[in-house]
Amino acid sequence: MNRELQKKSFLNRILPWLKENLFNGVFNSIITIVLLFALYKIIPPFIKWAFVDSLWRSTAAACREGNGACWSVITANLRFIIFGFYPYDLQWRPLLAMILLVGLLLYSKNRNHWNKTLFYGWIAGLFFMGLLMKGGILGLAPVESDKWGGLPLTMMLAFFGMIAAYPLGVVLALGRRSKMPAIKTFSVLYIELIRGVPLISLLFMSSILFPLFLPEGLTINKIIRAQMAIILFTAAYIAEVVRGGLQAIAKGQYEAADSLGLSFPQKMRLIILPQALKIVIPPSVGILISAFKDTSLVVIIALYDLLKTSKSTLSNPDWMGYSPEVYLFVAAIYFISCFAMSNYSRKLEKELH
Amino acid sequence: MTNETTTDIHRDSQDKIIEITGLHKWFGELHVLQDINLTVYKGERIVICGPSGSGKSTLIRCINRLEEHQKGRIIVDGTELSNNIKNIEKIRAEVGMVFQHFNLFPHLSILENLTLGPIWVRKTPQKEAEETAMFYLEKVHIAEQALKYPGQLSGGQQQRVAIARSLCMKPKIMLFDEPTSALDPEMVKEVLDVMINLAEDGMTMLVVSHEMGFAKSVAHRVLFVDYGKIVEENTPHQFFDNPQHDRTKLFLSQILH
Ligand SMILES: Nc1ncnc2c1ncn2[C@@H]1O[C@H](COP(=O)(O)OP(=O)(O)OP(=O)(O)O)[C@@H](O)[C@H]1O
Ligand SMILES: [Mg+2]
Repeated sequence: MNRELQKKSFLNRILPWLKENLFNGVFNSIITIVLLFALYKIIPPFIKWAFVDSLWRSTAAACREGNGACWSVITANLRFIIFGFYPYDLQWRPLLAMILLVGLLLYSKNRNHWNKTLFYGWIAGLFFMGLLMKGGILGLAPVESDKWGGLPLTMMLAFFGMIAAYPLGVVLALGRRSKMPAIKTFSVLYIELIRGVPLISLLFMSSILFPLFLPEGLTINKIIRAQMAIILFTAAYIAEVVRGGLQAIAKGQYEAADSLGLSFPQKMRLIILPQALKIVIPPSVGILISAFKDTSLVVIIALYDLLKTSKSTLSNPDWMGYSPEVYLFVAAIYFISCFAMSNYSRKLEKELH
Repeated sequence: MTNETTTDIHRDSQDKIIEITGLHKWFGELHVLQDINLTVYKGERIVICGPSGSGKSTLIRCINRLEEHQKGRIIVDGTELSNNIKNIEKIRAEVGMVFQHFNLFPHLSILENLTLGPIWVRKTPQKEAEETAMFYLEKVHIAEQALKYPGQLSGGQQQRVAIARSLCMKPKIMLFDEPTSALDPEMVKEVLDVMINLAEDGMTMLVVSHEMGFAKSVAHRVLFVDYGKIVEENTPHQFFDNPQHDRTKLFLSQILH
């Protein structure tokens, strides 16, 4: 009796909702039915493949027998996918460095934690991460950077890319609005030139063209060159977004700051940028997210980032043919990172409002 | 207070605080200010009026270099305005400015709006800057709003905060550019009262305004500006009751209706 009542009231609530949201009108009803059918065709087989029939810790041979997903390709090659050619016995070092980085990032999410101590914490943390990766002192065996790869490399390129590109972009945006012709011209040329070429061509230039101009004997590490290309590229896009924010600030704000006698740097730092940067949080995060994904382009200059190490496992004859599993895994890692970033930007925007 | 207060002002040469001689300014082709000569003495209060577009704002904005002049000299508190950025910043710190649209900093609280200048320009310790800020907020009757943000206040309240923000810099001169013309009528009085108090404290003030009552009660001189020139200059009572020039008469007949 009671249960029947509950059932009835549940139906009473769900039916109007269905009618209002999914079946209001003939056209919408057709779309709903078609979509439901498509989902029915896609979802159950996917679940069967990915979970029910899947193998997680088997050999390659066992995978060939089954007809589900072969996640074993990931588990069996996990350490290569994550760490690339970093010496097997020393892989705890990049692991620790990554944990440190993620830990610092998570801690820094809370704006109440932003203070001098945290700043020094970051300096110390970054120094320690570099030490872990490179070694060479304190009894840590040295590992040359051409052995670095996988997730730590991707995280490094992305992290330093964003951290350095953002201030550079702000400076370029200010330069573009400068009254000094030389600075203005340089900023405009820089921004337009960089935005006129694809990142790939910048990466090629950094790896092939750039070394030709260096004096003989001087070489700059390949990772650093790729890193520079990413920073220079991202900064141009940040600059344009920040310029938009600066333009949105009323002239009266500049005048009020001037009339108090604030110097130009003070005016920018205390009055104009806090307001302008707040406005451009959403588009800036968009740019940072694409910069993060674009780090995967470094494969073309033969750096072993996460995407490249994952792909490499597929060239092992044993594991050939399991690309859906591998690419889904990589996509998941990228998705989690990007989702976290855009989530955080939304939170920050709300807090600053 | 009447025009007799004019006699309070010491018109010795060492008491000059603003000296403008042969000032010209162009906006492109437009000759906005044409041969302006004006000397302001310490403690003097001047009201500037004139038709829209005549150059009143431009004139007072030249005094703290929000606008650059092309010809003539402007000496403020003994320092000549030139391209020297240090001199400009020094003068700006001594000259407060109140705008028609308040121009408070929306991302800072009222208290932070007031302490920003003293802390960063005057290098006042934060605690002292906050005490000064609270003193002036009391003076403009708005101390209880100290922790709010500008967007939460009414226009009249915002303008009073703007005045207090300038006062926190302990300026020697205050410039007002139509401080009440963006306000609803019922808020005009609260702002004018604050300005009258300021006048009674002996502040040197240049006020662009058409508020005749205000001019009559505090001004030593009224200037009438038209087409970039100072057409007429007189004590407020003479100016309003017995204007000399035809253009002044025409203008007054328009604003008094
Ligand atoms: N930045 C500028 N660039 C070009 N022209 C300007 C600029 N600022 C003002 N002007 C022009 O200069 C003239 C004088 O302007 P100003 O603002 O000084 O007039 P005003 O007397 O204050 O008028 P109002 O009573 O409308 O405020 C006007 O014709 C105006 O259009
Ligand atoms: Mg004006």
